[in-house]
Amino acid sequence: MARVNSPAELDRLRKGFLSKRDPDKPCIAICAGIGCLGLGSDRLIGALEEEIKKQFLEAKVDIRVTGCHGFCEKGPLVVIYPEEICYFGVTPEDVPEIISQTVVEKKVIDRLVYTDPNTGEKAVHQSEIPFYRNQTRLLIGNNTRINPKRIDDYLAIGGYSALAKALFEMSAEQVLGEIKKANLRGRGGGGFSAGSKWETARNAPAEEKYVIVNGHEGEPGAFMDRALLTGNPHEVLEGLIIGAYAVGSHQGFIYIRHDTPQLRENMEVALAQAEEYGLLGENILGSGFNFNVEVHLDIGIFVSGESSALMRSIEGKAPEPRPKYIRTSVSGIWEKPSVLNNVETWANVPQIISKGSAWYSGIGTERSKGTKLISLSGNICNTGVVEVPMGTSLREIVYDMGGGIPDGKKLKAVHFGGPMGGSIPESLIDTPLDFDALTKLGAPMGAGGMLVMDEDTCMVDVARYFLDFLAGESCGKCVPCREGIRQMLKILTNITEGKGREGDIQLLEELAEVAGGASLCALGRSAPNPFLSTLRYFRDEYEAHITGKRCPALSCKEQAHT
Amino acid sequence: MNKILLKIDGREVEAGEGMTILEAARKVGIVIPTLCHHEKLEPYGACRICTVEAEIRGSTKLVAACLYPVEQDLIVRTRSERVDKIRRMILELLLAHAPEARQLQDLAKEYGADKDRFEKEPSFCILCGLCVRYCAEVKKKNAVGFVNRGAGREISFIPEIASKECWKCKECFPLCPTEALQAAYVFTEALVSLTSFQA
Repeated sequence: MARVNSPAELDRLRKGFLSKRDPDKPCIAICAGIGCLGLGSDRLIGALEEEIKKQFLEAKVDIRVTGCHGFCEKGPLVVIYPEEICYFGVTPEDVPEIISQTVVEKKVIDRLVYTDPNTGEKAVHQSEIPFYRNQTRLLIGNNTRINPKRIDDYLAIGGYSALAKALFEMSAEQVLGEIKKANLRGRGGGGFSAGSKWETARNAPAEEKYVIVNGHEGEPGAFMDRALLTGNPHEVLEGLIIGAYAVGSHQGFIYIRHDTPQLRENMEVALAQAEEYGLLGENILGSGFNFNVEVHLDIGIFVSGESSALMRSIEGKAPEPRPKYIRTSVSGIWEKPSVLNNVETWANVPQIISKGSAWYSGIGTERSKGTKLISLSGNICNTGVVEVPMGTSLREIVYDMGGGIPDGKKLKAVHFGGPMGGSIPESLIDTPLDFDALTKLGAPMGAGGMLVMDEDTCMVDVARYFLDFLAGESCGKCVPCREGIRQMLKILTNITEGKGREGDIQLLEELAEVAGGASLCALGRSAPNPFLSTLRYFRDEYEAHITGKRCPALSCKEQAHT
Repeated sequence: MNKILLKIDGREVEAGEGMTILEAARKVGIVIPTLCHHEKLEPYGACRICTVEAEIRGSTKLVAACLYPVEQDLIVRTRSERVDKIRRMILELLLAHAPEARQLQDLAKEYGADKDRFEKEPSFCILCGLCVRYCAEVKKKNAVGFVNRGAGREISFIPEIASKECWKCKECFPLCPTEALQAAYVFTEALVSLTSFQA
């Protein structure tokens, strides 16, 4: 790899890749995202390599090991180029047939394509499969085209051209202006304007400033950030470098989970390759701009995804939140201005710079722009990662992409935002995916984990479950959070066990008010949310447990099911 | 140093830049209760009993007085229905762990807290962290620390350090608002002598 010293050289490099590539050459893209790996895609990769060797096709067929394609439910997933034939649930036993039939003879194998469970109709391409058809896959769509360990794949599809544009055609203020005009809002949960955050840090009087990728994703039921970060690490990295340029930072951190080795591996390979090309490090692309990045691992506690706790963790201290009376964008890591954005927020940056804020703000609703990645899980036919424009109704996500509720059950509620989020009932399923609309309903979008629940779900037990999670995952430092959660959990456990008493709801509300008002960080302040939202929409279930000693969903075993 | 004018409970108070609400209040004799605060230690903000209402540019929020920096024209209310309710609940939550603690009982009387509101779970420690922070910040020994997290958090002496350092120091003992610290130390001592006896 030779260092690239100017935008023109970058362009030449890209054209070089493309001219060497035969667009008609068959390429088998296999998903090695975390879901598919769990379903055995590593054995599938081995079998494909072996079969290709056996048939002496090494020079004629490429294999591309990619990140998550999104349709986790039907893995392991395979896409065969150039026809873009999608195969689902592929096993090593299918391999000889795939090679001889599809790759050599160009025939579609019926048994491996998508079959609509309702109509029995077959669908071969993403554009025909309901799960993919209704999505707008701006961020995750390229995952099938990229081997995350090969920067050349990312460069071939136009990668790092946004960085070149930012560094050579725009001033830092102009970059900042575009992000502000695009109204990019943080994807980590708060929905705070990314541009304002950048601007605060840019204007803060300090020599050293930091930019950070929050790749912690500790929320149960959220797996869209790792799909992006493992599948297309350069997209996030390019966004981070552009952000650093806008803010005036020369040091970045990528904070990721220690328990997903693939995350670390792909990120470290990406950093090394970007550095070799001169896209990272000293004098990036010959622009004179310097920027370095370090990967930092968490220690496996939910609260370390909270911004001030995360920053302490990077400092090498225990990840305990600090009160943020001074914003971290003014005083963060080692008291220096620090811009922390979520993986998906950073991934949005390159396309905003490439295509402009006007294009970007044309997607979405009035106050929520762009697309949003959602991880769909729970009682849903199609578990997976979907990407939709803001404003898409929850109904479309659950039924069109998610394929509805399995086993003919009825939808009861959807829950956003994990243990700090809320549930909304089936009756509000036409609500649009929008930061403010969902917050108003008491179910803030959070990072985008969407848990679908069917009629057999007890909503009291849902609230209990999330508090049980937080009881072990808060840091335990401040009293309203630690003790508030402890007592709320006790009361809710009693209610689900048929030991609820008159006055429990009022006591829970009072505890929720104290934890919500006086806790030190956002974790404690939003810990009561699942309880509050389920009480708001399902108060009758609480009352049935307490006064009637019964669980309407017939879920709590200790209750008499009368 | 720049002078900052603010209002605490209706009184005009002059404070210096970088001071906290608690410091500004104490300077003029306004009492805000604290449990985890100590003048020799970095502000910690864990007990939240010093929660007050702070109003700036028309919006009011609940903040920890021990940490919140004073601002020009800040209006602070150290007692209000909301504040008292929070303090009362915090005391009730802590009294479930340390029902006999003198300091908690005195405050409970003032705020009308019911020490029997929550089921007793006597751990005796309220995790104010005074011992942990005193040992780390003043003595620089780290002989006692926190272990576990969330509802499972507790203090623990590190036997290897404690057996060398604590016997001659014990300066943290009088800081403890309950008797938990001394008990934890006695327990550690017993363990250390037991293991050395066995060895």
